[in-house]
Amino acid sequence: MSALESANKIKAKFGDIVAEPTEFRGEISLKISDAEQIFEVCNFAKRQLGFDYLVDISSVDNYGDDPRWTVIYHLRSLTDNVELRLKTNVSEEKSELPSVLGVWRTSNWHEREIYDMMGIRFSGHPDLRRILMWEGYPYFPLRKDFPLAGKPTDLPGVAFTQISPMEGGPFVTIPSAGDAIGREPRVRTPEE
Amino acid sequence: MATVQDIEIPDSAARTAAAAEELQDMHGERMVLNMGPSHPATHGVLRIVLELDGEVITKADPDVGYLHRGDEKIAENMTYTQFIPYTDRLDYLAPLANNVAYALAVEKLLGIHDKLPPRCQYIRVMCAELARISAHLLGLGAFAMDTGAITVFLLTFTEREKIYNLAEAISGARLTTSYTRIGGVMRDLPPGWTDMCRQFLKEFAVALAEAETLLTRNRIWVDRLRDLAVVSKEMAIDYGLSGPNLRGSGVEYDLRKNQPYLCYKDLEFDIPIGAVGDCYDRYLVRMEEMRQSMRILEQCLNKIPGGANNETKEPVCIQDGKITMPSKQKVMSSMEELIHQFMLVTEGVNCPPGEIYFGHENPKGELGFYINSKGGGTPYRLKIRAPSFVNLSILGELLPGCMISDVPVVLGSLDFVMGESDR
Repeated sequence: MSALESANKIKAKFGDIVAEPTEFRGEISLKISDAEQIFEVCNFAKRQLGFDYLVDISSVDNYGDDPRWTVIYHLRSLTDNVELRLKTNVSEEKSELPSVLGVWRTSNWHEREIYDMMGIRFSGHPDLRRILMWEGYPYFPLRKDFPLAGKPTDLPGVAFTQISPMEGGPFVTIPSAGDAIGREPRVRTPEE
Repeated sequence: MATVQDIEIPDSAARTAAAAEELQDMHGERMVLNMGPSHPATHGVLRIVLELDGEVITKADPDVGYLHRGDEKIAENMTYTQFIPYTDRLDYLAPLANNVAYALAVEKLLGIHDKLPPRCQYIRVMCAELARISAHLLGLGAFAMDTGAITVFLLTFTEREKIYNLAEAISGARLTTSYTRIGGVMRDLPPGWTDMCRQFLKEFAVALAEAETLLTRNRIWVDRLRDLAVVSKEMAIDYGLSGPNLRGSGVEYDLRKNQPYLCYKDLEFDIPIGAVGDCYDRYLVRMEEMRQSMRILEQCLNKIPGGANNETKEPVCIQDGKITMPSKQKVMSSMEELIHQFMLVTEGVNCPPGEIYFGHENPKGELGFYINSKGGGTPYRLKIRAPSFVNLSILGELLPGCMISDVPVVLGSLDFVMGESDR
């Protein structure tokens, strides 16, 4: 089954919420207008159309436009060797859409990454923690209103806040006031 | 008269039961062990929080991100060409392959990926395959060393040195090659490079055979790898594994065969797959891939248009002033070329609006670039689909049930690199 046929099957099944498939450079994209239905669409694509492999999930910040977020799913069928791209928009007020973890387990880390970088939440994800930035980091760095140079944070230097098995051991810096430089034993002056 | 004394000797089952009763307090007591981020077996800065029952792992929580540099954010703030050096630093064991992958992605956006000059395609294929050998050699050496076989590391690093020399000869740099350009490569092969490459292949065949005799039938090696961390076909697909890890589980999928790019469809090579999906299969797949890469390289050296010294003056870049840099001589003497160069340097290659995804078969798996363009010389959004990141996500499922001493083996067999995973 070609990608266009699959796209038309999805359109036949879900009707109004699916836009006409578009083609660019030989790739078929399909826009789903209702993000709440993304789990059902993905589930249908996997179980009925054979898209067994999720290549990637990406996100785009359409800063200044409404809805602000676009989430993009790259589906692949290993048996038919075809690819299909699903896109859905999420508004900034909502910033949430259903997780597809029940369809492909690989989406676990992809969704965590999108949450970490863009701040879009995935409902039904059992473990939606930050993945590349540290737990407790207050910003979402891939948003367009986040400057390239970064923003200062008043966070403690110790990155992990949840489970820190060696806390109090000889290997961590001293948890006290002051910045990370002050706590670092190597740079402390002998008088102190 | 001798007295008879009854000596009670419980059978083994009873002894075990007694011991278990004595140890009852200790049963179910879990210990949390922090492995990494600076641990020699984690190949970089991977941290795994292990929950242990004795020596058996009951839960594993991989923690990535210690090498996060924000490459995707950086890409949004520069032209397409300026991002090429950043791709060197993704999978820093195979920079040449990353360069090729990125250039092809941008070319797909431009719609010129199938119009590349044939000589350029052959050069790029050779780069990608050399990078594959180099990355697999390091993976193998480090893997064997973590398992206790140090000799292999010395062998593979000797061979890697020769690949670095080859990379230095074509690009001027050993690690940060930045060899490709949008629409071609930086420059043609230097004189004598093909002979150097042939010489390398000759020596490498011997070294690979030697490394193989040290490992493949080695009792210790086989015992430690076989039936460990078995990834079934379904699980591999479900977790989105790619590259040798996917093929080790018996899924015959290779982007070079299934979605041929460059001149791969003119070349003959086989795709090795595993039967069981354990660490030993992943090891065997990588060994065979190196041999297949040698096959590809030999064919490329024989078939490359223009031959070794390019007597027929085959181009290595697309001849389009709006995409590739014109020659300096023309820039100095012609107005049009001067404008082209000025525009390329200041504005970048003018890409059409649209979005593409291009997946490249990198040594670690499928390195994909999703580019969302609103037109102009910079991407609006560039997403890197890093194979190591996806391959690592299976760890939480794979490690429970293994022993602590199995962790370096499992990590070595997954063969990841954190520079790419964390981006």
